[in-house]
Amino acid sequence: MLAYIIRRVAQSILVLLVVGLVAFSMFRFVGDPIDNMLGQERTQADIDRLRIELGLDQPFVVQYYKFLGGAVQGNFGVSYRQGRPVSLIIKERAPATLELAAVSGFLAISIGIALGVFTAIRRDGWTSNVIMSVSLIGVSLPTFLIGILLIYLFSVELDWLPSFGRGEVVDLGWWTTGFLTASGLKALILPSITLGLYQMTLIMRLVRSEMLEVLRQDYIRFARARGLKERSVNFRHALKNTLVPVITVTGLQLGAIIAFAIITETVFQWPGVGLLFINAIQFVDIPVMAAYLMLISVMFVGINLIVDLLYFWVDPRLRADRAGGH
Amino acid sequence: MADVDIIEAAKVAELGRWARFRESDFYWKFRRSPVAMVSFAVTMVLVLSAFFAPLIAPHNPFDPASLNLMNGFSAPGVPNAFTGDEFFLGTDDQGRDVFSTILYGMRISLFVGIAAVSFALILGVTLGLIAGYVGGWTEAIIMRVADVQLTFPSILVAMLIFGVAKGVTPVEYRDQMAIWVLIVAIGLSDWVQFARVVRGATLVERNKEYVQAARLIGRTPPAIMMRHILPNVLSPVLVIATISLALAIIAEATLSFLGVGAPPTQPSLGTLIRIGQGFLFSGEWWILLFPAATLLSLALAVNLLGDWLRDALNPRLK
Repeated sequence: MLAYIIRRVAQSILVLLVVGLVAFSMFRFVGDPIDNMLGQERTQADIDRLRIELGLDQPFVVQYYKFLGGAVQGNFGVSYRQGRPVSLIIKERAPATLELAAVSGFLAISIGIALGVFTAIRRDGWTSNVIMSVSLIGVSLPTFLIGILLIYLFSVELDWLPSFGRGEVVDLGWWTTGFLTASGLKALILPSITLGLYQMTLIMRLVRSEMLEVLRQDYIRFARARGLKERSVNFRHALKNTLVPVITVTGLQLGAIIAFAIITETVFQWPGVGLLFINAIQFVDIPVMAAYLMLISVMFVGINLIVDLLYFWVDPRLRADRAGGH
Repeated sequence: MADVDIIEAAKVAELGRWARFRESDFYWKFRRSPVAMVSFAVTMVLVLSAFFAPLIAPHNPFDPASLNLMNGFSAPGVPNAFTGDEFFLGTDDQGRDVFSTILYGMRISLFVGIAAVSFALILGVTLGLIAGYVGGWTEAIIMRVADVQLTFPSILVAMLIFGVAKGVTPVEYRDQMAIWVLIVAIGLSDWVQFARVVRGATLVERNKEYVQAARLIGRTPPAIMMRHILPNVLSPVLVIATISLALAIIAEATLSFLGVGAPPTQPSLGTLIRIGQGFLFSGEWWILLFPAATLLSLALAVNLLGDWLRDALNPRLK
């Protein structure tokens, strides 16, 4: 088991190094950093000075090494467009995205699992059928259309909820939060539903199919025969055993939520990292793109690693297999 | 029993290609599934109307001479207050007929989708065949790259490729190149699926007798891969291609909607939705709603067709 963990961690580090290489190559070869940072009125002396200052006169490997060193310390250079350190900009924007992702993730997991269990237990009831049909629409509607439709319904027609922005936020010094004001909470509703809906339907369908599979097995029948309460059978015996695939998918989807936040943030003009990234693409702001790529890959690789390691914790059989077999 | 089979086979062999198709299981299953028939019909209508857009569309939205600014913001089916012209699905702010822009937009959406999937298919199938047939280090490298790419959502990969390509192209060519960059970006973000499935199938086929026989008579590895193995691994590829097409159309629309896709000079359905979103608050809902509905029907029809195809071609479900 230890060997497996070490191999898995080494693999993750290798992936990050490769992604770092991609990010660095973007940095180095897409457009000329000197061109981007100096205006029209520049002298050869300025160019030479900046070239040495940025370390562009050094060999490729040395530059890559320095880039990685900077990236590990959270230093990604200066945004071409805003002229400020990328790390600072991201730090300002991160709370918005993380709060949005946390609320969406929470909605997706809690409602997804609840509806999944419900539709599995009442598999032929009409409410279940309605939920399943609606979820099919949820899966096939593209995220941005869901957002637009929600805005149209709740902001334009009904005028209940704001259509853009975070509302009022409270500045805690190192973090800005929308959780503490009424307008901040109201502003969270539509974006978090938009962002979480796909994951919610996914988790729901997964829990449902796993539950149906498990409920058919003998030990459930025995549990019923033993006279256990229906609720105890459903939740303590059945739901628990559906959790392995659910944890995998949910874990991997958490990363997807942050990535898809790009779309939701654009629809709702939510001032988060995703909107920053889209603007960076539009204006070819390479340092911001590189930083975003690095951050998101650290997150994805980390989540993958944690999900893989969680298996051992959730499923004792795996522990035994690995220890005995390999 | 065997005699009957031979007679049946002889009868089928006498028929033409089309008649043989009509006798097949595949066609029989198709006729038995209302979902398949409806989604096929919807797909065909949309594809054909996109293809023949110049003949069907009442106006050419890209010809400034045919536009009249006075026609701007005409509601669907209501004669315009100034000119008295009537537009079936209304007009946008510049007086462009929404129905025509949808037809032309769908052309671009479909073109990008089909081209991107073809690109992903050729790349993925080739790499999958090589990985499965050659094995060893080549396989390890190809499949590792695939694994790494699979950790990231494909829309994110497409965005990054688009961003980098945009940085590389000179400013004056960016709008012209956007469509091609989009195709490459979506295609590159989508090859992994094909490669994985083809590699899996190739690993099975590689050890079968017909491949050994082909090797024995001295056919070269490329010939064995292309002429012998490829035809036998094609049916899952067809299924993935159909579902990928639906996903590629949505990916294209999403990217264009985010402003990192088709430029306003060549609007796809996503670009039209992006433009339409701006008019939602002032009450001109038709500029947004009709392109959105078209996108949705297209994606849904292709998706359902793909689902049905997967079941129909799955030998285990026979």
